[in-house]
Amino acid sequence: MWKSREAILALAVLALLAVIASRFPAFILPGNLARVFTDTSPLIILALGQMVVILTKCIDLSVAANLALCGMIAAMLNGMGVPLPLILLIVLALGAALGAVNGLLVWKVNIPSIVVTLGTMTIYRGVIFLLTDGKWINAHQMTDGFKAFPRTSILGLPVMGWIAILTVIAVAVLVNRTPLGRAFYAVGGNPHAAVYTGISVGRTQFVAFVLSGALAGLAGYLWVARYAVAYVDIAGGFELDVVAACVIGGIAIAGGAGSVTGCLLGALFLGIVKNALPVIGISPFWQMAISGTAILIAIAFNARGQGPKGRIILKQAEHRA
Amino acid sequence: MSTPTPRQIPDRLASPLARRLKSWEALLLAVAIAIFIANSIASPYFLDPWNLSDASFNFTEKAMIAFAMAMLIIAGDIDLSVASIIALCSTVMGVAMMAGAPVWVLVGLGLGTGLLCGAFNGLLVAGMGLPSIVVTIGTMSLFRGISYIVLGDGAFTGYPSDFSWFGQGYVWWVFSVELALFAALAVMFGLLLHGTSFGRTVYAIGNNATAARFSGIRVDRVRFILFLLTGVMSGLAAVCLTSRLGSTRPSIATGFELEVVTMVVLGGVNILGGSGSIPGVVIAALVMGLVTFGLGLLNVPGIVMSIIVGLLLIGVIALPRLWAMWRK
Repeated sequence: MWKSREAILALAVLALLAVIASRFPAFILPGNLARVFTDTSPLIILALGQMVVILTKCIDLSVAANLALCGMIAAMLNGMGVPLPLILLIVLALGAALGAVNGLLVWKVNIPSIVVTLGTMTIYRGVIFLLTDGKWINAHQMTDGFKAFPRTSILGLPVMGWIAILTVIAVAVLVNRTPLGRAFYAVGGNPHAAVYTGISVGRTQFVAFVLSGALAGLAGYLWVARYAVAYVDIAGGFELDVVAACVIGGIAIAGGAGSVTGCLLGALFLGIVKNALPVIGISPFWQMAISGTAILIAIAFNARGQGPKGRIILKQAEHRA
Repeated sequence: MSTPTPRQIPDRLASPLARRLKSWEALLLAVAIAIFIANSIASPYFLDPWNLSDASFNFTEKAMIAFAMAMLIIAGDIDLSVASIIALCSTVMGVAMMAGAPVWVLVGLGLGTGLLCGAFNGLLVAGMGLPSIVVTIGTMSLFRGISYIVLGDGAFTGYPSDFSWFGQGYVWWVFSVELALFAALAVMFGLLLHGTSFGRTVYAIGNNATAARFSGIRVDRVRFILFLLTGVMSGLAAVCLTSRLGSTRPSIATGFELEVVTMVVLGGVNILGGSGSIPGVVIAALVMGLVTFGLGLLNVPGIVMSIIVGLLLIGVIALPRLWAMWRK
């Protein structure tokens, strides 16, 4: 059943490309597809982190704010002359630390993740304002090396795209081939059973948040370096796109079910739509409504055949009587 | 998640007065009074009746939605699309205004659009059994997305002067129309939740929806009605906000959902459903209004206030739990 869902989604993505290509053949030239993929890279990276969090029955709405804060810090460190490899390490660590704050509140204080991340979402963005006083860091204030790294082309694909591919592979290995990966599914699938098999639910959720945070930190540098500007509101509302990519990719919001392939396809679907709109000549203002509709269709589609639990119990009771 | 632990049953209950004094609402009221006193010491402009009346606009619109949201959260659902409903209602009113519709039509359209949005959410959640968090994240994008399609980066301005009554008018002396609406709705929602059988079913559903179903409550219908109520209240908030601002932009009321949920949680409503009260939400609305107004008088920028709202949201849930953990 999982395989067929991803097959349907893959077909939907291909159909979307075919429709666009029928009118604008240039869209599916390799060079343009590479550009679309690179443009979708931050979404793919964040959606993979979000997927792991959703697998454990949580949600992380603070990813976009985390991205913005880490991106700003990266730009500020660059301004102080910190070398690029060190900046990369720092944003990964900082992102992980911001994720750990979410994770600790969920694990140790037992606050529902939606409340925690709704709160930290505004706090992280507010911190950017406190750091910068609302000022922008523009292209001319960044060194060339800082800006060039994500755009450097290797085999026709910019580094940013390669980082997304590496992240996909790494998360796929983590989720499918390690005990921790199984724990993510176990915790979301049945928390009580997970406890009996010796998995700490809270700690697994904590790890998921740290991972999501670290990926958001990495995406923060990539975002700021690629668009060559950092300010308080970058990636505003991007958390919705990230959740949308996961939901479209068939990641069950109740936890415990979903795959890296689905998540990747969900992100690509949104990325293609976003890049195709201006080509087709539709105002980019349609994007928000389209992703909203896609989310709704995807959840309705995912929930096929899963009636409310109470009704099933009632039917059983009727049968017995 | 958390495993249920057996409750400690005391030998005798504390006296009703002691229980009331120790309640969340009493604590919150003490906080509100403390903030009030601190503000009046910190700024000489605080204790001016007109200033306080202006300050009430900080919370009245959000509180209207918070009353309905409180009932929705008590029943175990949530609606994150409220701010986007405001945007869509305001856009519909803007389109009608450009077509020259009279004021009563504008108000009717605002409320009606809110009702339809609520019905749409309710249909997807209660009718199709989809989880409310994702559904309303989806409609949050859809509703505001429609506003963006209609308006792009433009705006509707030039609402008729009669229309400004809702957001800028005064009923008597310093008491604004919005403040009067807030008070009337507080009483109505208080009665609905705490004084009717419908209110009891809301608690029953939040505590155990399956048990509620077995005891003959039409669970899905009640949840649907709660989404309708939240939609209408968002429509009303849209009428007030549009009237107060005198313009419609697609980015109107951005971030309201966060403040509304914060208000509800600050008011002592359990985010997982099952408990909470309207008086708590009323006091929470006053606390948030006083805090933002006090900080505004001290020239604290808006984004710093949103940090404080975020900290409040996490703090009010975390502190009692940390306190309980520390005492163990």
